[in-house]
Amino acid sequence: MTSLALKARRRRVGSPPPIVLILVLVPLLIEGFGVIWPAIQGIGLSFLRWNGYSEAIPVGPQNYIDLWSDKVFLGAFRNTAIWTLLFGVLSFLGGLLMALALQSERRGVGLYRTALFLPIVFSLVVTALTWSAFFQPHGVFDGLLDFVGLGDLKRVWLGDPSTALYAVIVAALWRQIGYVMVLFIAGLKAIDPSILEAARVDGANSWQRFWSVTFPQLRNVNLVIVSTLVIDSLRSFDVVYAMTKGGPFHSTELLSTYMFTTAITSRQLGYGSAIAVIIFLLALGVIVSYLIRALSEERES
Amino acid sequence: MTAAVTTTVTTTVAVADADAYLARRRRQRARVRALRTAGFHGSMSVISLLWFAPVLIVLLLSIRTFDDVATNGIAAFPTTFSFQTYVDAWTGGGLGRGLGNSLIVSIPTVILSLLLSAFAAFALSRYRVPFRRVILLVMLGGNLLPVQMLLIPVRQLTEQLGVFDTLTAVIAIQTAFGIGFYTFVLYGFMRSLPTELQDAASLDGAGPLRFFFQVVLPLTRPALAALGALAFTWNFNDLLWSITLLQSESLLPVTAAVNSLKGIYVSSWSVIAAGTVIAAIPSVVVFLIFQRSFIGGLALGSVK
Repeated sequence: MTSLALKARRRRVGSPPPIVLILVLVPLLIEGFGVIWPAIQGIGLSFLRWNGYSEAIPVGPQNYIDLWSDKVFLGAFRNTAIWTLLFGVLSFLGGLLMALALQSERRGVGLYRTALFLPIVFSLVVTALTWSAFFQPHGVFDGLLDFVGLGDLKRVWLGDPSTALYAVIVAALWRQIGYVMVLFIAGLKAIDPSILEAARVDGANSWQRFWSVTFPQLRNVNLVIVSTLVIDSLRSFDVVYAMTKGGPFHSTELLSTYMFTTAITSRQLGYGSAIAVIIFLLALGVIVSYLIRALSEERES
Repeated sequence: MTAAVTTTVTTTVAVADADAYLARRRRQRARVRALRTAGFHGSMSVISLLWFAPVLIVLLLSIRTFDDVATNGIAAFPTTFSFQTYVDAWTGGGLGRGLGNSLIVSIPTVILSLLLSAFAAFALSRYRVPFRRVILLVMLGGNLLPVQMLLIPVRQLTEQLGVFDTLTAVIAIQTAFGIGFYTFVLYGFMRSLPTELQDAASLDGAGPLRFFFQVVLPLTRPALAALGALAFTWNFNDLLWSITLLQSESLLPVTAAVNSLKGIYVSSWSVIAAGTVIAAIPSVVVFLIFQRSFIGGLALGSVK
């Protein structure tokens, strides 16, 4: 009995049977072949001028140099920054607020949570079409403005370069806030209630309890949510593509949509790859910090 | 604070007065609590309604005729009632076919990617695989890459392999891209299963594969359900990969089909709304069936 158990234990410590190595190698190779290798190729492509059919011409860093004098690219860069900031900050705050309001299990909470959470189920295309209808002339938004007596503010929300980007962000927020709320609720539930009770006994008011106890306890969750929001912002494509296709006059152009039009629509494979590499570099810091956190968590246990 | 006040009061005034005072305080506190509850439900009902309103408006819009929408506007309450919009979207807009394509892509993708990830997670969590941490990080890192990095090379790759403009290409890339995240989440889950299971299995003489299928996989069911529901909606809702890898209109998934409704039924917002409803139904159904696992799944892998 003991010798058998020992043998079993020893097997786990020694090298694993070959079948186990196959189990890990097959998925790893599939991801390597379909994701990692193409990503590396993408970096190489960014130093070429190529339309995919004729001979590729190596141009060195010329694509990157061209980017900095490309007005559309610079506009897309600025819009991506606005998007990340507005979309990120508002969904963070909105999600946190809703999570704090709906964290405790009481009557009605389930219904409220579902209402806020439901949009996450819809695709971004569905979201985009829904809000496109609302932002049309004589749409829901205009009707609302008329109703509250602000009819003067009416405009072609998605056709006006000064408002289109914000209209798209509103649609994206509708879908994102519920998601951030769910992440925060899970984080809030993981906090040991006795810490909050101790703070209450010590006479801390609800703001003090939130600011000095709850929020610091959410440190890890905050990190995950911020990383997710930054990566999501940089990846954002569907909602813009379906609502405005980057227009009017590139006013809603993001790096992701500009990359798509240059690479897929106009087949400038090298130039498009250079934009993709810029998106990757912008995400790199967040990706690395996310991986470091994942690694340290792995080590702990 | 309040406790201190009440004790001083009880020591200085008569017992009867103190009782009346305490009762008054209790009533006051109950009133404050009732007010707070009313305030909570009042404000949350408004917010929830606001959040749900777009869904309701699209549903109402989808059953109105073109003339009704054209004369009364998008926001008006229905005065007409017609399901012709759904017929138009389904056949004229090609949403029926799109829905089929989406399911043909999503279902195999979910099964394949979860099975492969479960294999990898099992091996990594239950055996001393060399370079375990490096493998995990590379896999998770791949999933965090911006998709834009992959679009051009993957498109070239599918052209070279002769699968460009086929649903197989979409299934393959969605599977490859999903594996990293699912493996990471399942790894965390499987690692928390007791090690004694393994000893028992070894004593029975079961090999790794039998141990996986008969012991580990059934125990992983909750995590698989959560990830499955989540993966289904992610794959079903994807637009970018299909418009990158597909050209034939007959192969487009429902997301792309509903998006092109705008071009076919220009400003027929009721038909577009009907298309939106059709495109949303499958993921809503999955959500309603798996609601609990679905919400749990979102928090999986992010909060531990």
